[in-house]
Amino acid sequence: MKKSIEELNAIRERMKQTIQMRSDNSNNVRVVVGMATCGIAAGARPVLAAFVDEVNRRQLKNVTVAQTGCIGVCRLEPIVEIYEPGKEKVTYVKVDENKARMIVAEHLVNQRVIEEYTIGAAK
Amino acid sequence: MNIVRSHVLVCGGTGCTSSNSPEIIKQFNKELDKRGLSDEVKVIQTGCFGLCALGPIVIVYPEGSFYSMVKPEDVEEIVEEHILKGRIVKRLLYEGDLKEAKVATSLNDTNFYKKQKRIALRNCGVIDPENIDEYIANDGYQALAKVLTQMTPEEVIDTITASGLRGRGGAGFPTGRKWAFAAKEDNPVKYVCCNADEGDPGAFMDRSLLEGDPHSIIEAMAIAGYAIGAHQGYVYVRAEYPIAVKRLQIAIRQAREYGFLGEDIFGTGFNFDLDVRLGAGAFVCGEETALMRSIEGHRGEPRPRPPFPAVKGLFDKPTILNNVETYANVPWIINNGPEAFASIGTEKSKGTKVFALGGKITNTGLVEIPMGTTLREVIEEIGGGVPNGKKFKAAQTGGPSGGCIPESLIDTPMDFESLAAVGSIMGSGGLIVMDEDNCMVDIAKFFLQFTVDESCGKCTPCRIGMRRLLELVDKITSGNGTLEDIELTEQLCYHIKENSLCGLGQTAPNPVLSTLQHFRDEYIAHVVDKRCPAGVCKNLLRYQILAEKCIGCTSCARVCPVGAISGEVKKPHTIDTSKCIKCGACMEKCKFGAIVKN
Amino acid sequence: MSTVKVKVNGVEVECPANATVLEAARLAGIEIPTLCYMKEINAIGACRICVTEVSGARGLVAACVYPVAEGMEINTNSQKAYNARKMTLELILSNHRRDCLTCDRNQNCELQKLAKDYNIKDVRFGHPEELKPQIEDSMIHLIRDNSKCILCRRCVAVCKEMQGIGVIGPNDRGFETHISCAFDRNLEETACVSCGQCITVCPTGALTERDCTDKVWNALADKSKFVVVGTAPSVRVTLGECFDMPVGTNVQGKMVAALRRLGFDKVFDVDVTADLTILEEGTEFLERLNSGENLPLITSCSPGWVKFCEHYYPEFIPNLSSCKSPQQMFGAMMKTYYAEKMGIDPKDIFVVSIMPCTAKKFERFRDYQEAVPGLRDVDAAITTRELARMIATAGISFKDLPDEDFDPAFGISSGAGVIFGATGGVMEAALRTVTEIVTGQELKKLEFTEVRGTEGIKEAQYDLGGRLVRVAVASGLSNARALLERVKSGEAQYDMIEIMACPGGCVNGGGQPIQPQSVRNFVDLRAKRAAAIYDADKEMKLRKSHENPVIKEIYDTYLEKPGSHKAHKILHTKYQARSKYPGVAVAE
Repeated sequence: MKKSIEELNAIRERMKQTIQMRSDNSNNVRVVVGMATCGIAAGARPVLAAFVDEVNRRQLKNVTVAQTGCIGVCRLEPIVEIYEPGKEKVTYVKVDENKARMIVAEHLVNQRVIEEYTIGAAK
Repeated sequence: MNIVRSHVLVCGGTGCTSSNSPEIIKQFNKELDKRGLSDEVKVIQTGCFGLCALGPIVIVYPEGSFYSMVKPEDVEEIVEEHILKGRIVKRLLYEGDLKEAKVATSLNDTNFYKKQKRIALRNCGVIDPENIDEYIANDGYQALAKVLTQMTPEEVIDTITASGLRGRGGAGFPTGRKWAFAAKEDNPVKYVCCNADEGDPGAFMDRSLLEGDPHSIIEAMAIAGYAIGAHQGYVYVRAEYPIAVKRLQIAIRQAREYGFLGEDIFGTGFNFDLDVRLGAGAFVCGEETALMRSIEGHRGEPRPRPPFPAVKGLFDKPTILNNVETYANVPWIINNGPEAFASIGTEKSKGTKVFALGGKITNTGLVEIPMGTTLREVIEEIGGGVPNGKKFKAAQTGGPSGGCIPESLIDTPMDFESLAAVGSIMGSGGLIVMDEDNCMVDIAKFFLQFTVDESCGKCTPCRIGMRRLLELVDKITSGNGTLEDIELTEQLCYHIKENSLCGLGQTAPNPVLSTLQHFRDEYIAHVVDKRCPAGVCKNLLRYQILAEKCIGCTSCARVCPVGAISGEVKKPHTIDTSKCIKCGACMEKCKFGAIVKN
Repeated sequence: MSTVKVKVNGVEVECPANATVLEAARLAGIEIPTLCYMKEINAIGACRICVTEVSGARGLVAACVYPVAEGMEINTNSQKAYNARKMTLELILSNHRRDCLTCDRNQNCELQKLAKDYNIKDVRFGHPEELKPQIEDSMIHLIRDNSKCILCRRCVAVCKEMQGIGVIGPNDRGFETHISCAFDRNLEETACVSCGQCITVCPTGALTERDCTDKVWNALADKSKFVVVGTAPSVRVTLGECFDMPVGTNVQGKMVAALRRLGFDKVFDVDVTADLTILEEGTEFLERLNSGENLPLITSCSPGWVKFCEHYYPEFIPNLSSCKSPQQMFGAMMKTYYAEKMGIDPKDIFVVSIMPCTAKKFERFRDYQEAVPGLRDVDAAITTRELARMIATAGISFKDLPDEDFDPAFGISSGAGVIFGATGGVMEAALRTVTEIVTGQELKKLEFTEVRGTEGIKEAQYDLGGRLVRVAVASGLSNARALLERVKSGEAQYDMIEIMACPGGCVNGGGQPIQPQSVRNFVDLRAKRAAAIYDADKEMKLRKSHENPVIKEIYDTYLEKPGSHKAHKILHTKYQARSKYPGVAVAE
């Protein structure tokens, strides 16, 4: 189908998110989900999916959702770490799908750490 | 909607393809499927990443893990460990400085990429070249839209002129000026051509661009068509580039489907279409008039200029011809403004240049650097230096039309003017590094053999002169030359340069002239001392057994294919030089360093 | 036309704005050497012999293709240009088999002359002494020896551009480049028409006609043979060039004297059978005009054209006149009428024709060219050049010869027969006769100037006793092709067409004296030679074929009337369609 300029722009916006993942921008906020056997057993996979989905849906720029191996506190899995340049790492524990969406909304969008989900609260 | 959480980028450039990257893709799909991950992990075949020495290359995002020299049997481990469990497979990570940084560092922070500035290669290795939407995601076709809706043809040409973009095919003619000449011609039929007949030995930037980002060429040619008033374009690409041809054809089809090629593009009334023409691989068809003859269906041979193609080109119509890399810069310039481009590089050489690193260098591959980056930075930092602890001797730029830059000039900035000043040329961007083991006369001979082979045979100086030149250099390397032969060689070089019909002949003697300029002593050693200082020229070599080191193990005698080595067991052996064919097998076999060549 | 002023070696000259440096220099009296360049045929700037210094250019430029510009300063003889030409010559000579003494083109070789002019004493490159002949002699008319080829490509250009055939071209590349047919097939496997134009443009001895003089010498030495010779119309106006006489000199009398001194038993004029052709072809034309069948009638005098038609336009074979060419009619008449008249066994008659043409060597071997079954009409066809060679061998001082007349039996011809030698001549000769036959009235003006001249295609309309007759004349096979395409498409309609294979007609035939580019680039050979032909016609009392007493006698005593059964048996022939790719099996 022939595309107009508006349609061209629409494709660009839609596809930008996809391409975003491949940018090597170290200024990105990195959301890292523990995806070792323990994490997966505790339900990390839907959590990861929820993060990816929520970030895409909100068209957040400069956010990378990544996975990592075992973070080391298996009993608190699924664990998600959020790295923001120039800030201290925040570690969320026992994350589920709903919490994941909340973290995106509050932490990433509104810049408010949800203290009760963090590892500090769990201890 | 499926949520894709990870992208696996597998290089589908020619280099990685020939080391089996298609099989790797197949394995990835199989392994992901097996684990039910096909929906959340996307495997993408991209263009070249540049680090061809380490292919096949796989990058897994979002982590950005750069796996090198991946084999199909490694795929299961990557999927199981990295993708499923999030544990990076360290043994496959790129051996360079990345490994120490333990993955987290961005690829852009490695020495190989750090000094690069990727404009032409901006999408190579980043997008799926067979997916127009990914090109669009990275601002693809925005430049065409902008040009067609917001700019007059004059403004487009002024923009290109202001950017300072010069032809990347070798000669460095200002692109804007070329377009302006053609735009000035009053003719309803004009053509836009793309020279993808890359032929320099060791150069493959155009191939990589077409393989990795074909849409940027299509977009640029449409822009050029608008600027000069042409409605048809041809990409002349050599048939030896099957992947490039295929991706280009896919891209053209997609662009037509989206209406970015064809009639009434973006509803502006502008028509432009593109066709691919395959060349049979003649080096001379990179010369513009020969290329056009070839597109017309004739024997690819240059013709005298004037008239220049801008006035009378393809099918006798006004035509512009630009190189692939030149076009690749055009959309970027339109999108980012001429000032952004002109701010990179040197006073007269703006922007970046892609070089193909080859020869005695650690990181063979493709790099894009700002004009004016020094040769030293390219070789030592980006290229990782000369391997095996050998000493850098010279760098050859510009391929068979270029020259050698000796170690003493390693701080030469890589731009059109500086390279010309040291007797070489930018050329299309081949950069071949030579170490102490290279004989410069032999190198010159290598390039001569190439140009003698590739001369079209139309004009006398190139057809006969180049052959005679090769005979003279051959005489020198075989130890039969005289000082007079060196003089005659030089005289013939200048004759061929000044009298040949086209650029091929006019530059073909450069490898000889530049080595004569910088390494004349090596030539003299060949004719006066009858010696090849680098130990390359066979006729001048003599293999010898050092009696004090030889223990008489007889292994050299056994490996010698012509029975030139004799001696009693446990006593020093000797080589009969009249029988020796200088194959070097004995030297390789000797464990005691008792055999030397001189 | 606008002009510009340039300075050649400091001398100001005014020249056309579209002139080349070469042409501007010529206007200043300077001849820049050239090898590959040939006016109207080849301008490719390839040999680099003409390199010259001009202001505003980066290095040396090829004068043959470089355009002049207002105020340009041209230095034709700078040391730089001189040295460059010398080195290029040296390079060419390093790859040229230099057997000058035994070469066909000795002393008529452009390369040899340049080597002399540029004082080349030593060739420092290559091993030319090791070069071996590279002979391709598959065709009857031509021998190619690529060891002498300098790749000027004049032959390629004339074959492709002028003749529209293009059966030769460069193969391989670089040093291995050589001129040959596609896939290095032999010429006989292509649709070469044997016109020989390639030979006349070759600067060296790489292309020569197949020499048949030995055969003629042998016949002359054979006492049992009655050797008759006939000369084609155009030979008399070109032969003189071989003896340093000006282009366009009519040497008919000296030619006859020379032939007699060579020992021919009878020296005859093929013009006579040209007249005979007009009677037969004119009759054929009137028959077709009446019946309306197979129009336009197309002439068949030019064997190059006939072969071209058979290969490329077989659909026009029915349009070809069934008349043999004058050469073949001459041979046929010798072995029938003349043999009978003289009481000689036709087997003992040896017919030699002197032709401007290499295709005539092929024509004599065609099928249906034996008036006496088992005997070829013509036994040897030699070119103007070969005749000159024989005259030289015999030590005949050509210029000093007296003018002599042809032997009478076939020695009286009309001006109509003479003008066969120039393009349009056959048409004009036919029109003179046909018009008078149809109208029954004597023509007031014999010149049909509309069909004269060197243009490639000429058209005219004449009133033939109330019937409008449309005629066209083409010379050069590219022009023939263009004309036939127009006829095929219905764009043009004619009643009669004359086609000559060679541009300008027989005066510029492939067997004519070879003039170097230094002459051809500045003298119109076609026009000058043709002018001599028309002058000869004008001087003649007898100017119409049907008034030739010899012809009248032939019909009265032997052939009965034009187009008779006997005439058909002796003077007419048949044609055959030929493949465009004779060497390959192609499903057509």
